[in-house]
Amino acid sequence: MTATFHAVTTLAVESKTSTGEAVAFWILGPLAVLAALGMVFVRRAVHSALFLAWVMITLAIFYIVQDALFLGVVQIIVYTGAIMMLFLFVLMIVGVDSSDSLIETIRGQRIAAVVAGLGFGILLIAVIGNASVSGMTGLATANQNGNVQGLAALMFNKYVWAFEVTSALLITAAVGGMVLAHRERLVRKRTQRELADERLKGGGLATPLPPSGVYARHNAVDTPALLPDGNPSELSVSRVLQARGDVRTVAAAKGIIEASVLEDEREVHGGGQPEKGGTP
Amino acid sequence: MNPANYLYLSALLFTIGAAGVLLRRNAIVVFMSVELMLNAVNLSLVTFARINGNLDGQVTAFFVMVVAAAEVVVGLSIIVMIFRTRRSASVDDASLLKY
Repeated sequence: MTATFHAVTTLAVESKTSTGEAVAFWILGPLAVLAALGMVFVRRAVHSALFLAWVMITLAIFYIVQDALFLGVVQIIVYTGAIMMLFLFVLMIVGVDSSDSLIETIRGQRIAAVVAGLGFGILLIAVIGNASVSGMTGLATANQNGNVQGLAALMFNKYVWAFEVTSALLITAAVGGMVLAHRERLVRKRTQRELADERLKGGGLATPLPPSGVYARHNAVDTPALLPDGNPSELSVSRVLQARGDVRTVAAAKGIIEASVLEDEREVHGGGQPEKGGTP
Repeated sequence: MNPANYLYLSALLFTIGAAGVLLRRNAIVVFMSVELMLNAVNLSLVTFARINGNLDGQVTAFFVMVVAAAEVVVGLSIIVMIFRTRRSASVDDASLLKY
Protein backbone atom coordinates (compact mmCIF):
# COMPACT_ATOMS: atom_id res chain seq x y z
CA MET A 1 0.00 0.00 0.00
CA THR A 2 2.69 2.46 1.00
CA ALA A 3 4.89 1.26 -1.85
CA THR A 4 2.25 2.06 -4.47
CA PHE A 5 1.59 5.39 -2.78
CA HIS A 6 5.27 6.29 -3.04
CA ALA A 7 5.39 5.22 -6.64
CA VAL A 8 2.42 7.43 -7.44
CA THR A 9 3.87 10.48 -5.70
CA THR A 10 7.21 10.14 -7.46
CA LEU A 11 5.43 9.83 -10.79
CA ALA A 12 3.11 12.69 -10.07
CA VAL A 13 5.81 15.31 -9.61
CA GLU A 14 7.54 14.73 -12.95
CA SER A 15 8.15 18.18 -14.31
CA LYS A 16 10.28 17.52 -17.39
CA THR A 17 9.64 15.39 -20.42
CA SER A 18 11.91 12.51 -21.34
CA THR A 19 14.72 12.77 -23.87
CA GLY A 20 12.95 10.44 -26.29
CA GLU A 21 9.92 12.67 -26.28
CA ALA A 22 12.09 15.74 -26.92
CA VAL A 23 13.72 14.02 -29.90
CA ALA A 24 10.32 13.01 -31.28
CA PHE A 25 9.05 16.55 -30.82
CA TRP A 26 11.98 18.26 -32.52
CA ILE A 27 11.82 15.90 -35.48
CA LEU A 28 8.06 15.75 -35.94
CA GLY A 29 7.17 19.30 -34.90
CA PRO A 30 9.07 21.09 -37.70
CA LEU A 31 7.76 18.48 -40.16
CA ALA A 32 4.19 19.24 -39.04
CA VAL A 33 4.76 22.97 -39.51
CA LEU A 34 6.25 22.37 -42.95
CA ALA A 35 3.30 20.18 -43.93
CA ALA A 36 0.85 22.82 -42.69
CA LEU A 37 2.64 25.48 -44.74
CA GLY A 38 2.57 23.16 -47.72
CA MET A 39 -1.16 22.65 -47.24
CA VAL A 40 -1.74 26.40 -47.45
CA PHE A 41 0.62 27.19 -50.31
CA VAL A 42 0.34 24.21 -52.63
CA ARG A 43 -1.92 24.85 -55.62
CA ARG A 44 -3.75 21.58 -56.08
CA ALA A 45 -6.43 20.70 -53.56
CA VAL A 46 -5.49 16.99 -53.53
CA HIS A 47 -1.97 17.82 -52.43
CA SER A 48 -3.41 20.03 -49.70
CA ALA A 49 -5.45 17.07 -48.48
CA LEU A 50 -2.35 14.87 -48.35
CA PHE A 51 -0.42 17.47 -46.40
CA LEU A 52 -3.31 17.84 -43.97
CA ALA A 53 -3.40 14.07 -43.43
CA TRP A 54 0.31 14.26 -42.64
CA VAL A 55 -0.24 16.99 -40.04
CA MET A 56 -3.07 14.97 -38.48
CA ILE A 57 -0.99 11.81 -38.16
CA THR A 58 1.83 13.83 -36.58
CA LEU A 59 -0.65 15.26 -34.10
CA ALA A 60 -1.90 11.75 -33.31
CA ILE A 61 1.67 10.76 -32.43
CA PHE A 62 1.93 13.81 -30.18
CA TYR A 63 -1.30 12.83 -28.41
CA ILE A 64 -0.02 9.32 -27.76
CA VAL A 65 3.32 10.69 -26.52
CA GLN A 66 1.43 12.96 -24.14
CA ASP A 67 -0.42 10.10 -22.41
CA ALA A 68 -3.61 10.62 -24.41
CA LEU A 69 -3.69 7.17 -25.97
CA PHE A 70 -7.43 7.13 -26.63
CA LEU A 71 -7.39 10.53 -28.34
CA GLY A 72 -4.42 9.53 -30.47
CA VAL A 73 -6.21 6.47 -31.77
CA VAL A 74 -9.44 8.42 -32.28
CA GLN A 75 -7.48 11.10 -34.12
CA ILE A 76 -6.19 8.55 -36.62
CA ILE A 77 -9.53 6.76 -37.02
CA VAL A 78 -11.82 9.78 -37.15
CA TYR A 79 -9.64 12.46 -38.74
CA THR A 80 -7.32 10.69 -41.13
CA GLY A 81 -9.69 7.78 -41.60
CA ALA A 82 -13.11 9.34 -41.92
CA ILE A 83 -12.83 13.10 -42.36
CA MET A 84 -9.94 13.09 -44.84
CA MET A 85 -11.68 10.39 -46.88
CA LEU A 86 -14.80 12.57 -46.95
CA PHE A 87 -12.65 15.48 -48.14
CA LEU A 88 -11.16 13.33 -50.90
CA PHE A 89 -14.59 12.09 -51.97
CA VAL A 90 -15.83 15.66 -52.30
CA LEU A 91 -12.65 16.61 -54.15
CA MET A 92 -13.34 13.85 -56.64
CA ILE A 93 -16.94 15.03 -57.07
CA VAL A 94 -15.95 18.66 -57.50
CA GLY A 95 -13.08 17.79 -59.83
CA VAL A 96 -9.48 17.04 -59.00
CA ASP A 97 -8.02 19.71 -61.23
CA SER A 98 -10.04 22.57 -59.74
CA SER A 99 -6.96 24.59 -58.92
CA ASP A 100 -7.22 27.96 -57.29
CA SER A 101 -7.36 31.02 -59.46
CA LEU A 102 -4.52 33.37 -58.68
CA ILE A 103 -6.55 36.50 -59.39
CA GLU A 104 -7.10 38.73 -56.39
CA THR A 105 -10.71 39.78 -56.07
CA ILE A 106 -10.01 42.28 -53.30
CA ARG A 107 -6.92 44.40 -53.90
CA GLY A 108 -4.12 43.85 -51.42
CA GLN A 109 -5.97 41.01 -49.73
CA ARG A 110 -3.08 38.59 -49.89
CA ILE A 111 -0.60 40.96 -48.26
CA ALA A 112 -3.17 41.95 -45.67
CA ALA A 113 -3.84 38.28 -44.91
CA VAL A 114 -0.15 37.47 -44.50
CA VAL A 115 0.39 40.52 -42.27
CA ALA A 116 -2.66 39.67 -40.17
CA GLY A 117 -1.53 36.05 -39.87
CA LEU A 118 1.99 37.03 -38.82
CA GLY A 119 0.68 39.56 -36.32
CA PHE A 120 -1.73 37.06 -34.85
CA GLY A 121 0.96 34.39 -34.60
CA ILE A 122 3.42 36.73 -32.89
CA LEU A 123 0.73 37.83 -30.46
CA LEU A 124 -0.24 34.24 -29.64
CA ILE A 125 3.36 33.10 -29.13
CA ALA A 126 4.12 36.15 -26.99
CA VAL A 127 1.15 35.29 -24.79
CA ILE A 128 2.39 31.73 -24.30
CA GLY A 129 5.90 33.05 -23.63
CA ASN A 130 4.57 35.30 -20.87
CA ALA A 131 2.45 32.59 -19.26
CA SER A 132 4.20 30.56 -16.60
CA VAL A 133 3.96 26.97 -17.83
CA SER A 134 7.35 25.86 -16.63
CA GLY A 135 6.41 22.75 -14.69
CA MET A 136 3.80 20.11 -15.26
CA THR A 137 1.91 17.66 -13.12
CA GLY A 138 1.78 14.79 -15.59
CA LEU A 139 -1.07 12.36 -16.10
CA ALA A 140 0.32 9.46 -14.08
CA THR A 141 -2.28 9.80 -11.31
CA ALA A 142 -5.15 10.64 -13.65
CA ASN A 143 -4.33 7.67 -15.89
CA GLN A 144 -3.84 5.36 -12.92
CA ASN A 145 -6.74 3.08 -13.89
CA GLY A 146 -6.11 3.46 -17.61
CA ASN A 147 -6.66 6.36 -19.96
CA VAL A 148 -9.92 5.08 -21.44
CA GLN A 149 -11.36 4.33 -17.98
CA GLY A 150 -10.42 7.77 -16.72
CA LEU A 151 -12.00 9.46 -19.75
CA ALA A 152 -15.14 7.33 -19.40
CA ALA A 153 -15.48 8.20 -15.72
CA LEU A 154 -15.38 11.90 -16.59
CA MET A 155 -17.53 11.68 -19.68
CA PHE A 156 -20.37 9.72 -18.10
CA ASN A 157 -20.41 11.59 -14.80
CA LYS A 158 -19.26 15.17 -15.01
CA TYR A 159 -19.84 15.74 -18.73
CA VAL A 160 -22.83 13.46 -19.24
CA TRP A 161 -25.10 16.34 -20.28
CA ALA A 162 -22.65 17.47 -22.97
CA PHE A 163 -22.45 13.86 -24.09
CA GLU A 164 -26.25 13.66 -24.42
CA VAL A 165 -26.37 16.92 -26.37
CA THR A 166 -23.72 15.50 -28.71
CA SER A 167 -26.16 12.80 -29.81
CA ALA A 168 -28.66 15.48 -30.86
CA LEU A 169 -25.88 17.25 -32.75
CA LEU A 170 -24.89 14.08 -34.59
CA ILE A 171 -28.46 13.28 -35.60
CA THR A 172 -28.97 16.85 -36.82
CA ALA A 173 -25.75 16.67 -38.83
CA ALA A 174 -26.75 13.34 -40.39
CA VAL A 175 -30.19 14.65 -41.38
CA GLY A 176 -28.65 17.90 -42.61
CA GLY A 177 -26.13 16.06 -44.74
CA MET A 178 -28.86 13.93 -46.29
CA VAL A 179 -31.15 16.89 -46.96
CA LEU A 180 -28.39 18.99 -48.50
CA ALA A 181 -26.96 16.24 -50.67
CA HIS A 182 -30.34 15.00 -51.87
CA ARG A 183 -31.44 15.99 -55.36
CA GLU A 184 -34.95 15.68 -56.73
CA ARG A 185 -35.19 13.98 -60.12
CA LEU A 186 -36.71 16.57 -62.45
CA VAL A 187 -37.10 14.41 -65.55
CA ARG A 188 -38.18 10.80 -65.88
CA LYS A 189 -35.44 8.21 -65.93
CA ARG A 190 -34.92 6.89 -69.45
CA THR A 191 -35.41 3.18 -69.95
CA GLN A 192 -32.91 0.83 -71.51
CA ARG A 193 -35.13 0.51 -74.58
CA GLU A 194 -35.10 4.26 -75.14
CA LEU A 195 -31.34 4.42 -74.68
CA ALA A 196 -30.81 1.65 -77.23
CA ASP A 197 -33.16 3.30 -79.74
CA GLU A 198 -31.41 6.60 -79.31
CA ARG A 199 -28.05 5.01 -79.92
CA LEU A 200 -29.02 3.09 -83.04
CA LYS A 201 -31.49 5.48 -84.69
CA GLY A 202 -29.49 8.60 -83.96
CA GLY A 203 -26.89 7.58 -86.50
CA GLY A 204 -24.14 7.51 -83.89
CA LEU A 205 -21.67 4.77 -83.18
CA ALA A 206 -23.55 1.52 -82.60
CA THR A 207 -20.52 -0.53 -81.59
CA PRO A 208 -18.49 -0.09 -78.42
CA LEU A 209 -15.68 2.45 -78.58
CA PRO A 210 -12.33 1.16 -79.89
CA PRO A 211 -9.64 0.46 -77.29
CA SER A 212 -6.45 2.47 -77.05
CA GLY A 213 -3.44 1.62 -79.16
CA VAL A 214 -1.34 -1.42 -78.29
CA TYR A 215 2.25 -1.22 -79.49
CA ALA A 216 5.36 -3.22 -78.84
CA ARG A 217 6.66 -0.83 -76.20
CA HIS A 218 3.62 1.17 -75.24
CA ASN A 219 0.05 0.22 -74.45
CA ALA A 220 -1.08 2.94 -72.04
CA VAL A 221 -4.55 4.48 -72.40
CA ASP A 222 -3.09 7.80 -73.53
CA THR A 223 -1.95 6.37 -76.87
CA PRO A 224 -4.44 6.50 -79.73
CA ALA A 225 -5.04 3.45 -81.85
CA LEU A 226 -4.17 3.67 -85.53
CA LEU A 227 -6.84 3.26 -88.18
CA PRO A 228 -6.09 1.05 -91.25
CA ASP A 229 -4.94 4.13 -93.18
CA GLY A 230 -2.42 5.03 -90.47
CA ASN A 231 -4.33 7.93 -88.94
CA PRO A 232 -5.02 8.03 -85.19
CA SER A 233 -8.53 7.20 -84.02
CA GLU A 234 -9.97 10.03 -81.93
CA LEU A 235 -12.48 7.66 -80.37
CA SER A 236 -9.85 5.37 -78.90
CA VAL A 237 -8.69 7.88 -76.26
CA SER A 238 -10.79 9.04 -73.32
CA ARG A 239 -12.34 12.48 -73.72
CA VAL A 240 -11.07 13.42 -70.27
CA LEU A 241 -7.48 12.86 -71.37
CA GLN A 242 -8.12 14.87 -74.54
CA ALA A 243 -9.55 17.75 -72.53
CA ARG A 244 -6.55 17.72 -70.22
CA GLY A 245 -4.16 17.58 -73.17
CA ASP A 246 -2.57 14.38 -71.92
CA VAL A 247 -2.89 12.45 -75.17
CA ARG A 248 0.33 11.18 -76.66
CA THR A 249 0.54 12.46 -80.23
CA VAL A 250 0.65 10.07 -83.14
CA ALA A 251 4.06 11.39 -84.10
CA ALA A 252 5.30 10.48 -80.64
CA ALA A 253 3.59 7.11 -80.86
CA LYS A 254 5.11 6.52 -84.31
CA GLY A 255 8.45 7.71 -82.98
CA ILE A 256 8.23 5.19 -80.19
CA ILE A 257 7.40 2.45 -82.67
CA GLU A 258 10.22 3.40 -85.01
CA ALA A 259 12.65 3.82 -82.14
CA SER A 260 11.74 0.43 -80.78
CA VAL A 261 12.07 -1.11 -84.25
CA LEU A 262 15.49 0.49 -84.70
CA GLU A 263 16.51 -0.62 -81.24
CA ASP A 264 15.44 -4.16 -82.00
CA GLU A 265 17.39 -4.09 -85.26
CA ARG A 266 20.43 -2.74 -83.45
CA GLU A 267 20.15 -5.45 -80.89
CA VAL A 268 19.86 -8.08 -83.61
CA HIS A 269 22.63 -6.82 -85.90
CA GLY A 270 25.05 -5.10 -83.57
CA GLY A 271 24.82 -7.27 -80.49
CA GLY A 272 27.77 -6.86 -78.18
CA GLN A 273 28.69 -3.37 -79.44
CA PRO A 274 29.41 -0.91 -76.62
CA GLU A 275 26.92 1.92 -76.16
CA LYS A 276 27.79 5.43 -77.31
CA GLY A 277 29.74 7.23 -74.59
CA GLY A 278 30.63 4.01 -72.84
CA THR A 279 34.15 3.19 -71.78
CA PRO A 280 36.23 1.79 -74.68
CA MET B 1 12.02 19.83 -22.84
CA ASN B 2 9.39 22.19 -21.56
CA PRO B 3 5.85 21.01 -22.35
CA ALA B 4 5.09 24.59 -23.38
CA ASN B 5 6.79 23.74 -26.68
CA TYR B 6 3.63 21.88 -27.63
CA LEU B 7 1.72 25.08 -27.01
CA TYR B 8 4.05 26.99 -29.34
CA LEU B 9 3.55 24.35 -32.02
CA SER B 10 -0.20 24.56 -31.51
CA ALA B 11 -0.10 28.36 -31.86
CA LEU B 12 1.94 28.07 -35.06
CA LEU B 13 -0.42 25.54 -36.61
CA PHE B 14 -3.45 27.64 -35.65
CA THR B 15 -1.86 30.72 -37.23
CA ILE B 16 -1.05 28.84 -40.44
CA GLY B 17 -4.65 27.59 -40.57
CA ALA B 18 -6.02 31.09 -40.08
CA ALA B 19 -3.75 32.44 -42.81
CA GLY B 20 -4.97 29.64 -45.08
CA VAL B 21 -8.60 30.63 -44.50
CA LEU B 22 -7.73 34.21 -45.44
CA LEU B 23 -5.52 33.38 -48.42
CA ARG B 24 -7.17 30.57 -50.33
CA ARG B 25 -10.15 30.87 -52.68
CA ASN B 26 -11.03 27.19 -53.07
CA ALA B 27 -13.83 26.41 -50.62
CA ILE B 28 -12.49 22.91 -49.89
CA VAL B 29 -9.01 24.17 -49.03
CA VAL B 30 -10.55 26.87 -46.83
CA PHE B 31 -12.41 24.10 -45.07
CA MET B 32 -9.21 22.09 -44.64
CA SER B 33 -7.61 25.14 -43.04
CA VAL B 34 -10.50 25.31 -40.57
CA GLU B 35 -9.83 21.65 -39.74
CA LEU B 36 -6.18 22.48 -39.16
CA MET B 37 -7.19 25.20 -36.70
CA LEU B 38 -9.44 22.75 -34.83
CA ASN B 39 -6.59 20.25 -34.66
CA ALA B 40 -4.19 22.86 -33.33
CA VAL B 41 -6.63 23.73 -30.56
CA ASN B 42 -6.95 20.03 -29.72
CA LEU B 43 -3.19 19.78 -29.33
CA SER B 44 -3.19 22.67 -26.87
CA LEU B 45 -6.08 21.07 -24.94
CA VAL B 46 -4.22 17.78 -24.62
CA THR B 47 -1.07 19.60 -23.52
CA PHE B 48 -2.95 21.59 -20.90
CA ALA B 49 -4.54 18.39 -19.61
CA ARG B 50 -1.07 16.99 -19.10
CA ILE B 51 0.30 20.14 -17.49
CA ASN B 52 -2.61 20.33 -15.06
CA GLY B 53 -2.68 16.61 -14.38
CA ASN B 54 -6.37 15.95 -15.04
CA LEU B 55 -8.30 14.53 -17.96
CA ASP B 56 -10.82 17.35 -18.45
CA GLY B 57 -8.81 18.78 -21.34
CA GLN B 58 -8.81 15.43 -23.09
CA VAL B 59 -12.59 15.13 -22.73
CA THR B 60 -12.96 18.60 -24.23
CA ALA B 61 -10.68 17.64 -27.12
CA PHE B 62 -12.87 14.59 -27.67
CA PHE B 63 -15.98 16.76 -27.88
CA VAL B 64 -14.18 19.09 -30.29
CA MET B 65 -13.50 16.07 -32.51
CA VAL B 66 -17.18 15.08 -32.45
CA VAL B 67 -18.28 18.60 -33.36
CA ALA B 68 -15.65 18.76 -36.12
CA ALA B 69 -16.93 15.51 -37.63
CA ALA B 70 -20.51 16.81 -37.66
CA GLU B 71 -19.36 20.14 -39.07
CA VAL B 72 -17.43 18.49 -41.89
CA VAL B 73 -20.47 16.50 -42.99
CA VAL B 74 -22.70 19.55 -43.21
CA GLY B 75 -20.03 21.84 -44.65
CA LEU B 76 -18.97 19.48 -47.37
CA SER B 77 -22.55 18.78 -48.41
CA ILE B 78 -23.09 22.55 -48.66
CA ILE B 79 -19.98 22.80 -50.86
CA VAL B 80 -21.28 19.97 -53.07
CA MET B 81 -24.66 21.71 -53.34
CA ILE B 82 -23.04 25.02 -54.31
CA PHE B 83 -20.93 23.19 -56.86
CA ARG B 84 -24.01 21.59 -58.38
CA THR B 85 -25.81 24.89 -58.87
CA ARG B 86 -22.89 27.17 -59.72
CA ARG B 87 -20.35 24.72 -61.22
CA SER B 88 -17.57 26.16 -59.09
CA ALA B 89 -15.98 25.51 -55.72
CA SER B 90 -14.53 29.00 -55.41
CA VAL B 91 -15.69 31.09 -52.48
CA ASP B 92 -15.77 34.16 -54.73
CA ASP B 93 -18.40 32.73 -57.07
CA ALA B 94 -21.13 32.37 -54.46
CA SER B 95 -21.88 36.07 -54.53
CA LEU B 96 -25.47 36.23 -55.72
CA LEU B 97 -26.65 38.28 -52.74
CA LYS B 98 -24.22 41.03 -53.70
CA TYR B 99 -26.16 42.11 -56.79
